[in-house]
Amino acid sequence: MGETMYLSGADILVRTLIEQGCDVVFGYPGGQIINVYDSLYKYQDEITHILTAHEQGAAHAADGYARTTGRVGVVLSTSGPGATNLVTGIATAHLDSIPLVAICGNVPTTQIGTDSFQEIDITGVTLPITKHNYFVGSVEQLADTVREAFVLAQSGRPGPVLVDIPKDVQIAMCEYTPMAPVKAEPKQAAKELRIREAAECIDLAERPYIYFGGGVLSGNAEEEMLALAEKIDAVIGCSMMGLSAIPTDHPRFLGMQGMHGHYASSMAMHHADLIISLGVRFNDRATGNRFKFAPRAKIVQIDIDGSELSKNINAVHGMRGDIKLTLQQLLPLIKQVEHPEWQQKVADLRKIEEEATDRRTGITPRNAIMALNRHLGPDTAVATDVGQHQMWSAQNLFWCKPRRFVSSGGLGTMGFGLGAAIGAAFGTKEHSVLVTGDGSFGMCLNELATAVRYGVPVVILLFNNGVLGMVRQWQTLFFDRHYSNTILDRKTDFIALARAFGADGERISSMDELEAALEKAFSVNGPYVIECPIEKDEFVLPMLPPGGSMDDIILKVGD
Amino acid sequence: MNRYTVAVLVRNQFGVLNRVTSMFRRRQFNISALTVSETESSEYSRITVIFDGDELNKQQLINQLYKLPDVYSIKEFGADDSVSCELLLIKMENNPATREDIRAAAEAFNAKTVDYAKESIVFRLADDSRRIDDFINLMRDYTILEICRTGSVSLEKGSSTIRKVTNL
Repeated sequence: MGETMYLSGADILVRTLIEQGCDVVFGYPGGQIINVYDSLYKYQDEITHILTAHEQGAAHAADGYARTTGRVGVVLSTSGPGATNLVTGIATAHLDSIPLVAICGNVPTTQIGTDSFQEIDITGVTLPITKHNYFVGSVEQLADTVREAFVLAQSGRPGPVLVDIPKDVQIAMCEYTPMAPVKAEPKQAAKELRIREAAECIDLAERPYIYFGGGVLSGNAEEEMLALAEKIDAVIGCSMMGLSAIPTDHPRFLGMQGMHGHYASSMAMHHADLIISLGVRFNDRATGNRFKFAPRAKIVQIDIDGSELSKNINAVHGMRGDIKLTLQQLLPLIKQVEHPEWQQKVADLRKIEEEATDRRTGITPRNAIMALNRHLGPDTAVATDVGQHQMWSAQNLFWCKPRRFVSSGGLGTMGFGLGAAIGAAFGTKEHSVLVTGDGSFGMCLNELATAVRYGVPVVILLFNNGVLGMVRQWQTLFFDRHYSNTILDRKTDFIALARAFGADGERISSMDELEAALEKAFSVNGPYVIECPIEKDEFVLPMLPPGGSMDDIILKVGD
Repeated sequence: MNRYTVAVLVRNQFGVLNRVTSMFRRRQFNISALTVSETESSEYSRITVIFDGDELNKQQLINQLYKLPDVYSIKEFGADDSVSCELLLIKMENNPATREDIRAAAEAFNAKTVDYAKESIVFRLADDSRRIDDFINLMRDYTILEICRTGSVSLEKGSSTIRKVTNL
């Protein structure tokens, strides 16, 4: 505890952020948060503020920072439109369980509820997309409320918390005593009896499959999961949110499964007799038709959020608890076994997948991502937007360290990528990468200004096919090629655009040019746009048709 | 579809009712009765909710409610292990032709006359919801001017309390 001071609410807020270890906030000023910005000016040596082009970009940047560091991301906005511009960013963090503290100014308490200028009931608006939110009614509550928000954002299943601070509370004075950074609530393993029951079930398995998601990353349970796989001779697959948790080339890892997942991964899960699910919500994109899901499998589920147990798919053994601690208790209880037949079956599935691999030369999405892989350092984070490019990235990117894939999985937010990549660069303190498409990039390219202004090194690989490719793919397959409003035909010159923002870039027309462009992009200390033209009818394959089961996977189209 | 009665002990603070009922809205449960009041401690409010739904959705709803920081505990009541009570105010037309029949029925149900005017009578009845339904049905033979009922409140039988219920 430090010395007690007499400060304004605005100063207390900024001092509390500093005390909580927050060194960077992303945001945008305005009339009802101006006092806080005055405090940020005062304390600029202790806390950096990054001004984005739009509050949504700030929210995504705080999110990208949180995903890559595992720490709480902080975003700041004014009232009204500033606050509502955060909504998509908060919802994105909510659906991917990312720890975020969003702080908004509001009109003075005397004007609350009178529809005054730039007043919005932001605690009402964000009720269903936050873990919790606070309206700070008096300056005496401010410091503790912010501390509580930091505790909540990181505790249990992480998520966003919003703190709404009226202007008069920012101005009012009160005593402030610095405190140590708060800690998340202590984690607990699942109940011992449940773990014992699950161990018995696991011992009976002959075809074990571990299906993990973002919960393994937020629970830092990568090592324990691999130990489990070794002990029971399991293969491993993941949801998109799990990507980067374990090295892509780990011999037991089959990659992402589900709608656009790896064939071997999806099929292995389909044939498994035991699925151990770790920190996943059995989203329809990952499971296909849940009534036809893994018909032969018993499911053992561990999740820190009890409401996930048997929510979408019925688990025989549901365990509520921290994954790492629960696995630590489970491991000594299970037998070391080998399943050569199962491993052979999986090897056969891998062979089928291998044979279906796209082997074309020239600029294809896969070749471009493979080229990108050759330039990624072990710590480089790759962010994406949403659509085909996101799936090509999820399928083909190569990771060796956790928390290096930054992608909107749950909400599927187009326009997430550039803000998130900027936040990721602050989080990793090195180059970050954005893989995007011309559709998504159009939603967030204003943040090029931010990247230029702060010299944020973001390598932007922009797939340009002139269409909204993912929707077009569905239109081709399921809507008689009625390309309703998916042909962009925009004539945007992305390189001239990058230059107009003060960035640089180039349009490549061969794989050699792509290699050279990547080489250059990683040497530039700011954003660099590589426009990579691709055919408009490139597909994301494999594809599990919506509502289908793993037996319906489309591996190839048109032959 | 089953009918469920659930009591939720929450932090006594503005906005909490909204947070709780918003969970019902998200799961598209229609609330058939809702009561909110202060409790033995000024720190807590108690919300009693009666709603229809299926077992799986109900369980999911309870799990989600537990995730709200303002929710301390939740108790689901069955008919056998709890006592319930609801309050009815009913305003009847005061007509010489039916007056005696109405008063006889009210007496049989132990409903109390709380307002008597030249053209109307107001009865008050505190009982379980089924008895209240029965009384209202009886009154339908006459002219009902207005009805107001509170929705049921419930307590577990015996010494156990909602504050001892722990999460999952």
